Amino acid sequence: MKISGAEAVIRCLLAEGVDLVYGYPGGAIMPVYDELYKFQDQLHHVLVRHEQGAAHAAQGFARATGKVGVAIATSGPGATNLVTGIADAQIDSTPMVCITGQVGKHLLGSDAFQETDIIGISTPVTKWNYQITEAHEIPEIMAKAFYIARSGRPGPVLVDITKNAQFDTLDFSYKKCTDIRSYHPKPVLKIEKVQEAAEIINKAKKPMIVFGQGVILSKAEEELKAFIEKSGIPAAWTILGLSALPTDHELNVGMVGMHGNYGPNILTNECDVLIALGMRFDDRVTGNLNTYAKQAKIVHFEIDPAEVDKNVKTDVAVLADLKEALTALLPLIEKNSHEDWHNEFKKKYDIELEAVINEELAPSEGKGISMGETIEMINKHSNGDAIMVSDVGQHQMFTCRYAKFNQTKSNVTSGGLGTMGFALPAAIGAKMGRPDREVVAIIGDGGFQMNIQELGTIHQTKVPVKIVVLNNEFLGMVRQWQELFFDYRYASTVMINPNFCAIAEGYYIKSRKVTKREELDDAIAEMLASKDSYFLEVMVEKENNVFPMIPTGASVSDIRLS
Amino acid sequence: MEENKTFTISVYTENNVGLLNRISVIFLKRHINILSLNVSESEIENVSRFVIVVDTTEKWVRNIVGQIEKQIEVIKAFYHVDEETIFLENALFKIASNLLFDERQIQNIIKESNSEIVTVSRDFFVISKAGRRSEIEELYAKLKPYGIMQFVRSGRISVSKEKMEVTSLLLEELKS
Repeated sequence: MKISGAEAVIRCLLAEGVDLVYGYPGGAIMPVYDELYKFQDQLHHVLVRHEQGAAHAAQGFARATGKVGVAIATSGPGATNLVTGIADAQIDSTPMVCITGQVGKHLLGSDAFQETDIIGISTPVTKWNYQITEAHEIPEIMAKAFYIARSGRPGPVLVDITKNAQFDTLDFSYKKCTDIRSYHPKPVLKIEKVQEAAEIINKAKKPMIVFGQGVILSKAEEELKAFIEKSGIPAAWTILGLSALPTDHELNVGMVGMHGNYGPNILTNECDVLIALGMRFDDRVTGNLNTYAKQAKIVHFEIDPAEVDKNVKTDVAVLADLKEALTALLPLIEKNSHEDWHNEFKKKYDIELEAVINEELAPSEGKGISMGETIEMINKHSNGDAIMVSDVGQHQMFTCRYAKFNQTKSNVTSGGLGTMGFALPAAIGAKMGRPDREVVAIIGDGGFQMNIQELGTIHQTKVPVKIVVLNNEFLGMVRQWQELFFDYRYASTVMINPNFCAIAEGYYIKSRKVTKREELDDAIAEMLASKDSYFLEVMVEKENNVFPMIPTGASVSDIRLS
Repeated sequence: MEENKTFTISVYTENNVGLLNRISVIFLKRHINILSLNVSESEIENVSRFVIVVDTTEKWVRNIVGQIEKQIEVIKAFYHVDEETIFLENALFKIASNLLFDERQIQNIIKESNSEIVTVSRDFFVISKAGRRSEIEELYAKLKPYGIMQFVRSGRISVSKEKMEVTSLLLEELKS
């Protein structure tokens, strides 16, 4: 049966199990939109207000569900507007397929209206990309796109389809892609490497685990738990590893990195074995590499061979899917409890509690509302069952430091790229992917204004996301750096803000503004009880800082408490 | 700090549009200048071979090769130092024909340099010289005083000295 290329695109999406896509129409993608209209009972298209919102919504969907997110845009500006989201998905290993329209094949390279070389532009920030210029290529390329996006270390794929290929017809048949000869998504687990790793781990006196998003991506949450419970090893996490292990698990010792917890950072430079699970030693995690865990043997479990020895030299690298590797490791691990070593973490935690946490969660008399106590108040009402979607900046660090999580895939944030404007659209995607769960977006007054137009998407779709803007009338994180490292010169970090509640109300979203501590409890209760979307603005202390902090270029053991 | 060295990176890839860009951005990202680049067919049908020469540290070249190899359409990538490979470049020199007859010395230079005359026309003749960069530069220096109308040099091409069995390794890779 002959169908159009545009219809083939929709049939490919359906064959991949996609029932929800985010996008924005335009000239070069109109044939696909015409088919979306015809297939609207099977494939729900969410009209965003800006293509960047489509990309982030697809990311939020992917991060909360583990499925591939899909974003659609037209050529030219439509395609370039996706790029920030694509780059974000690339660095955070988020499975996403972006479909862009392109001018007709005969116009390629002629600087036609809304023509842009999106293949060239997106090459550095995609796992794979491809330009389809003939209708008959569509099924095979779409199948490859989904296979590549979701397999191995996931990532974004962009498929650019010229307009002629959307109009032309083809004989449609779809075969899922399961193999590409030049692509080996999962290295074959070498059992001798697992044995070597086990030997080092069993001998260790002061071992420490740092786990990353690899745990979530390989669905190894249970295996991680079994491993740490048997070995008794303290487990710290990177920002993207957060929520893979319940935050109140007794072996969970907190976050590593720039604004991570005091204990795991200091003790990184005291442990004798560092076990890295599905993480990539990002510079925000390691601080100065020349003084990072030099005393320790490094055991790195990693799916991407390019990450091994990239930043930190390993003693043993286990190249494999983490779930498979941990399954093979578990029987080789000797039972242990490492009590004395745990006490070291407890002591360090007490220091941090005293110096930082107590004041943050219960600020002293006369101080304004803190971001930390707002997060704590959300914990109280959500019981740690909400998906927290944070933007980028101080509020993000406070969210990751203080939010409570019982379930995996619950911390959605822009880790690697640090994209302001991520949270609002990502929360839309997360909520649509997991309508059964409470989704709370935590956003700063700066980041909120970077994709504020997506309030329109919330209004149109009635997606009941809860939005909390922590307003300190500053670009807080940059201001903090200016205070600490640029002698209080607040260059362009002061924000004169609009009436956010009025804007939310303008989109018919119920809103409330909190300026006093006494109102916080009730406001958050009201927000979480709301069946509809809800906007809560919390006026917080203007010049609070996030501590602890490892200044750029300093060692993890030089972490500052104030 | 590790010392910079010259490395020859060999990349076996599918023969697809856009792959050159995908590979070159990996160097661009690290602000590394590519000294020479050559792309051709390899010993395996439909498999291209890139030969890329860069000046960098071994740590970086190892990272780069890893990042190249993880590109979907890259089959295999290797790196070697000069001592481990047989390599050469090719150069063409275009010179005015009258010089061949007026300047006897030129004939000697051609003979001694083991280069060959590719073509002779009424106006010009073309010398082809294959060899190490230094040999080509030497020939260039010798011919320069007489006037070179055009000069062009190819990128490096190289094969490994060790019996690396690249082909069998690749075929295995392609099968698995």
